[in-house]
Amino acid sequence: MTSLASSQKAAQDEPMRHKRRPRSGLAREEMRDGYLMVGFWLIGFLIFTAGPIVASLGLSFTTWDLLSDAQWSGITNYGTLLKDDLVRVSLWNTLYFTAVLVPLSTVGALLLALVMNMKLRGMRFYRTLYYLPSITPAVATTLLWLMIFQPEFGVANYFLQKIGLHKQLWLMDPSLAKPVLILIALWGIGGGMPIFLAGLQAVPRELYEAAEIDGSNRWNSFFNVTLPLMTPVIFFSVITGIIGSFQIFTNAYIATDGGPGNATLFYVLLLYRNAFQYFKMGYASAMAWLLFLLVLIFTIIQFRLARRWVYYEV
Amino acid sequence: MVTTAKSQSSSSETSQSTPFWLKYGARLGIHLLIALGSLLMLFPFLWTVSTSLKLPGSALSWPPTFIPDTFHWQNYIEVWSIVPFLTYFTNTTIITLTTVLGSVLSSSLVGYAFARLRFPGRDTLFIACLSTMMLPFVVMMIPRYILFRNLGWIDTFLPLIVPEWFGVAVYIFFSRQFLRGLPMEYDEAARIDGANSWWIWYRIILPMAKPLLASIAILAFRDSWNDFLAPLIYLQSDERLTLALGLVKFRGYYRTEWSLMMAGATLMTIPVLLMFFLFQRYFLQGISFSGLAGR
Repeated sequence: MTSLASSQKAAQDEPMRHKRRPRSGLAREEMRDGYLMVGFWLIGFLIFTAGPIVASLGLSFTTWDLLSDAQWSGITNYGTLLKDDLVRVSLWNTLYFTAVLVPLSTVGALLLALVMNMKLRGMRFYRTLYYLPSITPAVATTLLWLMIFQPEFGVANYFLQKIGLHKQLWLMDPSLAKPVLILIALWGIGGGMPIFLAGLQAVPRELYEAAEIDGSNRWNSFFNVTLPLMTPVIFFSVITGIIGSFQIFTNAYIATDGGPGNATLFYVLLLYRNAFQYFKMGYASAMAWLLFLLVLIFTIIQFRLARRWVYYEV
Repeated sequence: MVTTAKSQSSSSETSQSTPFWLKYGARLGIHLLIALGSLLMLFPFLWTVSTSLKLPGSALSWPPTFIPDTFHWQNYIEVWSIVPFLTYFTNTTIITLTTVLGSVLSSSLVGYAFARLRFPGRDTLFIACLSTMMLPFVVMMIPRYILFRNLGWIDTFLPLIVPEWFGVAVYIFFSRQFLRGLPMEYDEAARIDGANSWWIWYRIILPMAKPLLASIAILAFRDSWNDFLAPLIYLQSDERLTLALGLVKFRGYYRTEWSLMMAGATLMTIPVLLMFFLFQRYFLQGISFSGLAGR
């Protein structure tokens, strides 16, 4: 991880490192307290994160309905997984959702931050306004959009008719359901804005001035100064965006329950059903591990690709 | 749109090269665009409130009425009696407040150790902690459920609260970044006076780190208050549900009562918005910290 490398580097030029004291009783005490405090996190990590991840790998080789004893079943679950049509459909839906949403929301949030970074009247007010949808509870958000896209009386169809188009079934139309869910997610686009704004404000002003002296116009300054310096933030936002949208659940569970015709059956929704509705704990664990591997592979690929386009200040 | 990142100082020069009307035209255009966008952002909120004030049963009509004929404020009272809304509200409040307290205390403690104490392996452990931010919750979901089931914690609030008391990776990261910025002289002076690390954390660091604590508190508040998947898995009986679960259940019972449901949705949203407006500064600061994780 590049970010880690840089934080490690930063850790070394800490002021206190310069005057290293001999390991006195005081230093030993500090060391002990350090381990105790970090141990707090470490215990939690082992119990609630590392343990469960290992356990779910073990579970993925069993058949277990929670009631009777777990049966060892080798790699059967993984074999079934590869042949399961629903898994294939849900993977496709999830990838579709991710592939459309992540680029749109990243570019959108960056553009939004660029505009919001302008010194115009009322900008503080606008920033707040654009940010609000992203802190609204997902349940409330989903229900209100469900009402807006209601096929008979929904206000979306009303506007559509006003501009002379036909009413749509929206979330009940298999070909529109996913795009509508993407639209709903895009309403929260302002959530990514503060990160980009912070990134923009961290760009040293001298660089723009230097570029200007060299005769650079605004376009050139944007592409040669702003954009390269923003790549770490863009990278971070893409990584977390993909991990997040791979796990889309709440909207689909509430708004469509996977329908119509499995058009919004996303991976985690299927996993949830297998685990907590059909009680196939072993199979669901295999699904969880497949997701884990996919996320891992995607992340590694991105870190590899990042070397070509992410610019880190040295 | 490219004007954005430019410093103001340059505007005087560009005004010579760009015609007056074009510059102001562009400004006006951007203003209009933002205003139009904010209408899109705002409309769903307005529509929710408008619907919540309509007479139950008449919420959906064709053509839609944008401003209700009469404001039916009773909806906001009725919600509390139709479903155990007060119970949901209390449950969510209990879970959220204990989660916030745990996240703030534990994450600032661990972050303090990572930022200001010296011990071998510290930076390696910190990197391990950071990389857990990338782990999908779904992978731990099933074994966690089984663990809590064996502990007899299903249908209690504990599975939602206890893990947060062991430090949350992203907040540990904020804490470390923030606490590294405070001068070391305070710690050193306290140590000379015989204070140990725990005392320093509690009596010196925490009082100086109020902005940090506020940002953690607000982010944790939002996440806990809005959470859906974890409560869905761990909570079962009606008197234990949170607002998020209750609202969805409400929909199952009264499918057509949009006005009451939107009153419920509004009531659920108000505390988060209130927190946001009260602590907006810290909120955005916290979010910005997370963005710098990429650097």
